[in-house]
Amino acid sequence: MAKLPTSVDKIIKEHGPHAAYPPKSGFEGSHEPDKLVKTHCCYCGMQCGIKLKVKNEKIAGFEPWMEFPFNEGRLCPKGVQRYMQNNHPDRIMGPIQRVEGKGFDPISWEKAMSKTVSEIQRIQKQYGNDAFAMLSGVSLTNEKSYMIGKFARVALKTANLDYNGRLCMVSAGGGNKKAFGLDRSSNSWADLKHAKVILVAGANISETFPTLTHYIWQARDNGAKLIVVDPREIPFARTADLHLPVRPGGDSALFGAMLKIMVDNDWLDHDFIENHTSGFEETIEAVKDYDLEWAEKESGVPKDLIYKAAKLWGEANTSFLMHARGIEHHTKGVENVLSCINLVLATGRIGKPYCGYGTITGQGNGQGGREHGHKCDQLPGNRDITNPEHRKYISEVWGIDEKDMPGKGLTAYEQIEAIHRGEIKGMISICFNPLVSLPNNNYVREALEKLEFYINIDTFLSETARHADIVMAGSLHEEEEGTVTTAEGRVVKINEAVPPPGNCRRDGEILMELADRLGAGNKFSYPTSEDIFNELRVASKGGTADYYGITYKKVVDNMGVFWPCPSEDHPGTPRLWEDRKFATPDGKAHFNPVKYRPASEVTDKEFPVVLTTGRVVSQYLSGTSTRRIGKLIDQYPEPLMEIHPKMATLYGIEDRDLVKVKTRRGEAEFPAHVVETIREDTVFIPYHWGGKFSANQLTIGNLDPVSKIPEFKVCACKLIPTGKKGSETRTETAYQSWL
Amino acid sequence: MPETNYDQEMAFFVDMQRCIGCHACEMACAECETNGQESMIHVHYVDRAKSPQTTVQVCMHCEDPTCANVCPADAIHQDEFGVVHSANTSRCIGCSNCVLACPFGVPKKEEKAELMMKCNMCYDRTSAGLKPMCATVCPSQALYYGTREEIERMRPDSVPVNSFKFGAQEVNTKVNIMMPKGTHQLVVE
Ligand code: SF4
Ligand code: SF4
Ligand code: SF4
Repeated sequence: MAKLPTSVDKIIKEHGPHAAYPPKSGFEGSHEPDKLVKTHCCYCGMQCGIKLKVKNEKIAGFEPWMEFPFNEGRLCPKGVQRYMQNNHPDRIMGPIQRVEGKGFDPISWEKAMSKTVSEIQRIQKQYGNDAFAMLSGVSLTNEKSYMIGKFARVALKTANLDYNGRLCMVSAGGGNKKAFGLDRSSNSWADLKHAKVILVAGANISETFPTLTHYIWQARDNGAKLIVVDPREIPFARTADLHLPVRPGGDSALFGAMLKIMVDNDWLDHDFIENHTSGFEETIEAVKDYDLEWAEKESGVPKDLIYKAAKLWGEANTSFLMHARGIEHHTKGVENVLSCINLVLATGRIGKPYCGYGTITGQGNGQGGREHGHKCDQLPGNRDITNPEHRKYISEVWGIDEKDMPGKGLTAYEQIEAIHRGEIKGMISICFNPLVSLPNNNYVREALEKLEFYINIDTFLSETARHADIVMAGSLHEEEEGTVTTAEGRVVKINEAVPPPGNCRRDGEILMELADRLGAGNKFSYPTSEDIFNELRVASKGGTADYYGITYKKVVDNMGVFWPCPSEDHPGTPRLWEDRKFATPDGKAHFNPVKYRPASEVTDKEFPVVLTTGRVVSQYLSGTSTRRIGKLIDQYPEPLMEIHPKMATLYGIEDRDLVKVKTRRGEAEFPAHVVETIREDTVFIPYHWGGKFSANQLTIGNLDPVSKIPEFKVCACKLIPTGKKGSETRTETAYQSWL
Repeated sequence: MPETNYDQEMAFFVDMQRCIGCHACEMACAECETNGQESMIHVHYVDRAKSPQTTVQVCMHCEDPTCANVCPADAIHQDEFGVVHSANTSRCIGCSNCVLACPFGVPKKEEKAELMMKCNMCYDRTSAGLKPMCATVCPSQALYYGTREEIERMRPDSVPVNSFKFGAQEVNTKVNIMMPKGTHQLVVE
């Protein structure tokens, strides 16, 4: 019965989001902490090192961790404020259950556990094991990701397990596997500093990975040229040597045309192409008809800029290409990624110093979380759940019969569709807020309401958790020990700074007890996180994501170890492919032909404007935590719709006018932010908010055929000025998220 | 003043080009023990309708600080290292002379406290060999704290400038602005 138990207003009153600020004089003990715990920021894939001040088992503040090699103390506003989660008054302090007409009442762990297990068993008996699904998140540590993969397959015995990396990185992963046979950025960021050309495609680095900007500036100090591909003049594009304002959806036309120009001018590394790659001929065949006029029309980038970019990229000696969600959140996300990789392979600038290719993970453990088997099609070590040998190996590690290992399940958005079809009846989710983060979220809400039983494990009552029958109070990043893998492939150590407060439990302990009650206790007895990690090491051994040689001690001693690391005496691999042996079956890097095709929904008479979505620097993903931190809210209190003055004039829209944005999925009102820094044909809305402020009630659930990532980055909308002005005191709306 | 090991080799450099407007510096500044969760550094858009360009204003720690010169209560103190300190709470009468006089528009009157507050270059940190909070966290290193030699080596395309001309008034500061090579003085008409 996953309908809201009472009005949203009542739920918000009790559980937030409420804004919390530090006390004027700081938290008690912030000047004289009991200890400083070295750990990492809980937010984006940079996983910046930070020291948390602890007083009386509470986090009292932070101190920069100057020695941590990636960020040397540098942090973005989210990192500076991350310590505010622990003291937050909205924290769920123990398990709660839905009470019709009232909201949520505290219950005992015993009751929460027994009710949950009996409902799981009832649903599975009545409708089959796969009717109970699981969704998880990649803000979780590697240990938890691994345990969830095993929990779903061994304890829940369901095939339907997927994760929120499905909304983030999977197109990059799909492309990486096709091209290189392995899913990781090929280099550490250290190689960036000396690259002579840096191409950043669809990555608002200044707002989503701010600490990486320093590396790019260091490269520029060394003489590097910077090319930024983005529909908006993002802060970091302001000073770029070239800013290519691509129309959302036009990316592969742009990259295809660049490749064509490189071929025409022979800016190619023939030796590399011949000896270490395959598929070059078919790939250039696919772009042979691309001329600059055509490319300008399809990509929206002026042709002289396309030529300049191809020349700059083609003629360089060293280079680094990076991309993120801007090119990945598409129904052709994998193709976009491959069209970027083709540019890298054509120049042979990979696997050598100062040359590289990197996909930037958005979520904290976006990298490690996609390696340990909580994807619907994957087993630990990035193994394939449909491959008999892989299944056999992992079944042995887990001590189960291979025939009991479920097969490939449904991806996140497909699970929502399966709930609508009545195939999935119950769900458990952890650290995932699909009501804000999935596209077409009115459809998602209807799905949640159809569930017969829904359990949520989280630390705050997210928009999604409000629909739960039972919410189990879990742990924050600073309340459990483990490891995460940063965007550059570096495994780092998360240290427990404080114990979970009140009646909260560590996520790992919650899963272990559930497994025990589901009859799989003997498979889940891990006295410490290190024991889980040691099993993960064995499970990943021999897989493409091989962690076998990484130990906690090694990670701590070296402030991180890069995977693959196949044996204990192996130092780890910051730079892949130096030996020119790629992880594909034939050992070569694969070019992949990409034929441009339009987005799944293009503009027409009724919906004439392109809508794209993204992030702002002070918020993180679905905002479950950051929409509760006062200073982060104040910085950008509500989603604004960025619109170019030319389009604004066309519609008679002025700055801060409320505009109704309507798509085939839904409509919502946003204050206009009239800025010249966006394309004239596109509007942009950040997606971190829920309810009536949610951009994702507008976006489309169409999926990439390979990665099954939804097309967040482009759909067609219409703009209807309401004649009203947005609220002046913007913060008054910031804390609400009504239905 | 208590004895300190304030390192005078160290200087403060601001490079507006690099600023991404993230506000990490403001939030980190507010964490400073003496600030009561108020930021003494301020980030502003130049003209957001046209560009994402932001500027960041930190106290410039003038060699001959106008704010201190105009203070009727003698509340602003410049120490032997050149750091211009925030108003002494027991002296400041909240008259705002310093706010009006500062050529860089730095001191702000905290209305609630009836008191002028401004950056003292994280004196508690810098005098103990640490870097100021804002320059430590700044993710793009638009704010840098280190030696002049370091910055000249690291950023060969720009030069630190700490001499300003406001009409007839020439002001030299402890804080440097990074400018294109060849610049020696910033003239503000
Ligand atoms: S959000 Fe990302 S860039 Fe910002 S401090 Fe955290 S890890 Fe670093
Ligand atoms: S922290 Fe640095 S980049 Fe961010 S606003 Fe401040 S000066 Fe600018
Ligand atoms: S506001 Fe305070 S510090 Fe400033 S001039 Fe007046 S008395 Fe002096």
